[in-house]
Amino acid sequence: MNRHDSGPGAPVIPIASDLDIVEARTAARAFATYLGFEGADLVMIATAVSEMARNIVEYANQGEMSLSAVQNNSRRGLQVVIRDQGPGIADVSQAMQDGYSTSQSLGLGLPGSRRLMDEFRIESRIGLGTTVTMRKWLR
Amino acid sequence: MRVPILKQGEYIIASIQSALTDHDLFQLRDDLAACVGRHRSKGVIVDVTVLDVMDSFATRMVRDLAQMVRLRGAKTVIVGIQPEVAFAMVQLGLELGDVATVLDLDEALELLRYEST
Repeated sequence: MNRHDSGPGAPVIPIASDLDIVEARTAARAFATYLGFEGADLVMIATAVSEMARNIVEYANQGEMSLSAVQNNSRRGLQVVIRDQGPGIADVSQAMQDGYSTSQSLGLGLPGSRRLMDEFRIESRIGLGTTVTMRKWLR
Repeated sequence: MRVPILKQGEYIIASIQSALTDHDLFQLRDDLAACVGRHRSKGVIVDVTVLDVMDSFATRMVRDLAQMVRLRGAKTVIVGIQPEVAFAMVQLGLELGDVATVLDLDEALELLRYEST
């Protein structure tokens, strides 16, 4: 993850309610389709976005998602950045483990989304918020 | 959007028409649990064919609704999980536990009839 080329459109979607979760995954799917993704890749992108957007509604109340096109040498792909100014995650490595949850959820959102995407980076600071950056490359 | 629920003999069928919010899923779960009692239904069929995402929350709701329906004396069958959705669910690590899943409505009705004989 060294280049940050932003692509056309670069939509930004505010996330504050369960309705926004649906909006976010619909927008991600539409933008990914525009970039040339198909079939299972679209579902994986939409599912990962849904998980991350729900984390915001659940733990941080509000945040935003931004979508952009990225390029690395000959590879093209989608970048999703999901950001909030919520309470932050105390132990990120623990939160990345399957089945770990501080709420009633299944605890699969973070580790599962990492499996759904090609690249996954999470930065979190207590009291300042969390930023998740995910990428999927076109095959 | 509220999911329409149809009565078909001893069974009730919830046919999801569009993407569902968390609130819609809670509503569906509670509506189905109430409907089972009202209609004395033996089986509940939930058609998820149109869903292009089954994330961890939706999966938990489906498991919860199946459990509530079971406690009300009926069986739940999930119909129409798309192959791409199934793939993403596996990647995410999601399981539907012992909730029955079939490919289409005919199979769902067949399964419920078979199990009630």
